Amino acid sequence: MPKYVVATVDEIPPGQRKIITVERRSIGLFNVNGDFYAIRNQCPHEGGPLCEGVLSGLVRSEMPGEYEYVRRGEIVRCPWHQWEFDVRTGQSWFDPAKTRVRAYETTVETTTSLATSDADLVDAGYTKGPYEAETYRVEVDQQYIVLHL
Amino acid sequence: MVATARKNRGPVVDCDIHNAVWPGALDPYLAKRWRRHGQLFGSRTHPGSLYPKGSPAAARHDAWPPSGRPPGGDLEFMRKQHLDPEGIEYGILNCLGPAGTQLNAEYSSALCRAVNEWQIAEWLEKEPRLRAGVAVPYEDAELAVKEIDRFADHPGFVQVLLIVRTAEPLGRRKYWKIYEAAERNNLPVGIHFGGGARGVPITASGWPSYYIEDHTDMAQAFQAHVVSLVCEGVFERFPGLRVVLIEGGFAWLPSLMWRLDKHWKRLKEEVPHLKRRPSDYIREHMWVTTQPIEEPHNPRHLLQVLDHLGGSDRVMFSTDYPHWDYDDPDRAFRVRLPEEDRRRIFAGNAKALYGLR
Amino acid sequence: MVDTRETTYPGRLPRWGNADLVDCDVQVAVGSVDVLAPYLDQRWRDYLSESGVRAIDPHQYPKGAPISALPGSAPATGGPPGSDLGLLRAQVLDRWQARYAVLNCGFEISAIHNDDWALAMARAVNDWQAAEWLAPEPRLRASIVIPAQNPELAAAEIDRLAEHPGFVQVLLPVRAEAPLGKRRYWPIYAAAERHGLAVGIYAGGASGNPPTPVGWPSYYLEDYVCLSQAFQAQVVSLVSEGVFTKFPALRVVLIESGFTWLPALMWRFDKNWKGLRREVPWVDRPPSEIIRHHLRLTTQPLDEPGEPRQLIETIEQLGCDEMLLFATDFPHWQFDTEEGVLPSGLRPEVEHRILATNALETYRF
Repeated sequence: MPKYVVATVDEIPPGQRKIITVERRSIGLFNVNGDFYAIRNQCPHEGGPLCEGVLSGLVRSEMPGEYEYVRRGEIVRCPWHQWEFDVRTGQSWFDPAKTRVRAYETTVETTTSLATSDADLVDAGYTKGPYEAETYRVEVDQQYIVLHL
Repeated sequence: MVATARKNRGPVVDCDIHNAVWPGALDPYLAKRWRRHGQLFGSRTHPGSLYPKGSPAAARHDAWPPSGRPPGGDLEFMRKQHLDPEGIEYGILNCLGPAGTQLNAEYSSALCRAVNEWQIAEWLEKEPRLRAGVAVPYEDAELAVKEIDRFADHPGFVQVLLIVRTAEPLGRRKYWKIYEAAERNNLPVGIHFGGGARGVPITASGWPSYYIEDHTDMAQAFQAHVVSLVCEGVFERFPGLRVVLIEGGFAWLPSLMWRLDKHWKRLKEEVPHLKRRPSDYIREHMWVTTQPIEEPHNPRHLLQVLDHLGGSDRVMFSTDYPHWDYDDPDRAFRVRLPEEDRRRIFAGNAKALYGLR
Repeated sequence: MVDTRETTYPGRLPRWGNADLVDCDVQVAVGSVDVLAPYLDQRWRDYLSESGVRAIDPHQYPKGAPISALPGSAPATGGPPGSDLGLLRAQVLDRWQARYAVLNCGFEISAIHNDDWALAMARAVNDWQAAEWLAPEPRLRASIVIPAQNPELAAAEIDRLAEHPGFVQVLLPVRAEAPLGKRRYWPIYAAAERHGLAVGIYAGGASGNPPTPVGWPSYYLEDYVCLSQAFQAQVVSLVSEGVFTKFPALRVVLIESGFTWLPALMWRFDKNWKGLRREVPWVDRPPSEIIRHHLRLTTQPLDEPGEPRQLIETIEQLGCDEMLLFATDFPHWQFDTEEGVLPSGLRPEVEHRILATNALETYRF
């Protein structure tokens, strides 16, 4: 499973996102309260750029007139037809079993663990990502988001 | 962004694209008197309903141009986001907005003229792939006819544009002069989704609560016009008239044809001006655009719908760009169309109807 | 005059054998307010006579229009079609060998804007149905007429009659003052659910709202055809407002609505729900699922295509064999031909469901 260093943690503050392209796939990276999630930037419905949509919460209800507003900042809505997807899992709200987008595992790794030799990285299963320049920066406290494709 | 799946499909004629009037766009085309009127009194249409749309400006979130103009208000961006990547050979512009439905008929007329001149200068002359509908003050047929006659000769205008939520059913006599002018100028009449109600609730029981109802029920406004245009004998009186139902969906049309035929058989003495079955007029005089395409659970049911319609020769593809309920040319049909139907729906029917090349 | 030769009023089809049959839509008509006199308080009897009210007729069915009455359905003794029990026995119950027939009285309470008078008239119509139709004829069941313009009064009227086993349904007009899903109507649904009564929405109503989303059409033909649009909007309203979330045991029957429009509506509605459901979060399933579970439709008028196969395909597009209820719509004249009763080509088990099973599962017979 190839891994890509795709962003620094500082780049995506909580509530923000970044669209990246990895192996010709457009993928959205989301920071939800300090945790990072990645899903494919293509809606399974008509192919809209899902991760460019509004990031909102989920309105649930047990009974007409009652609104339960939960998971604010964790639900992305396709910019086209407004289908709602959980950025943590890629599952759609209305049909979680069948309608979903691919979700990718992410990890946060420190400068120390990454700023070693290429050989170590290759051994560990990493492939060079688009953020080479920054990986050479020597910042002891820098953290990187690693995408597991 | 998602221009990945263009595959081998041929060119597309998109029968519903929206060019938006940006703030101040019409000023150069309005007399000082009407500019002043706009500043003082603004747009006055029938008060009625507030149903917040699925998204701001009812637009795709990714369709706001970097220039700061509204979605559909920036030709360069429209080219880049839609016309080029989707391989649009021709696009029919349906400029919405309050021009045609002003309560003040003279202001409505002035706004429509401005919209039409603005369409020529900013869209038709700048982009050869685009065609447009003539905006008209449709609640006043005499004023509407002036606009039709004024712009019909411009090759960029290919239809007369009405909005579906009119004050009365469109078969009624007050609208006949519009059809006479359209027929005389060989222009189809397009009827487009929307229009803000003109005081008439969207249901026979008044105003519903939610946008999902307003949007879903809009198909019924189209149905009422189909019934009215047929029953009033508009197609007997104007045998050259062609009507396009834009953004109404179409899966409901077979059922309506059956229902009309059935009850006409029993009640035809009331409408002796009809010489043929209602469905015969519909099949001959009416076209439909595909968006928002109905999505049956079993996609093959859409093929049944085409069969029930009597074929695909009156069905024309449309995207509704840049609106949120946009249909993508590669993904809208979730069933494989027979090649001949596909070619007709995506280009052939529209080219024939609008005389594109 | 319509040439009666072009239409023969049909009866049971030979292929049905002795199959059970329930007629879910038989119209009874109140000929004049005199009929109701025994069931009205003296105050209202005098009010009617002193103000010259002879009938309440919003002209939903023009008297002479060919669709309004089957030839021979008007009693020889006078009175409108659908006002004579003997004819109803002969032309419906015996002719069709109906186990039950559900009466729907289109007496237009919704045209009355005085709540107290509306309630008085509704009570009178209901008591008249109980005394003059249900009591003498055990095969009949009836629908409770209510003043829907005042849902509290309506609910009280439902409660008053709920113990009477002859009443199986509550009637609401499709052309109402407001979309029927709105919360103001919920006391009616609570009462219906409480008593195991179905709610029937009938092809009428005198609310004064234009009958189409674009105003008033010119012809009766348009008016009648466009009723199906009023029904579509009520389906959308009932689901969107969460009526079936609030009242999970409620069943709604669309009467004289046609049904071939429903698949397209379900597709459009489901598509919109996927994107807009956050506006109506209590709609927690695709609308089509809710519709299939809670909604039933009577079979006449059958808006049939020339090609029977297309009608069969449309019925299959409904995606549920439990939705259609056989109905004659007597004395309205809907049938075209023998085949117009039900389309040929239905699977026998589906046909039997339509003839009786679905009705037996819908109504508290």
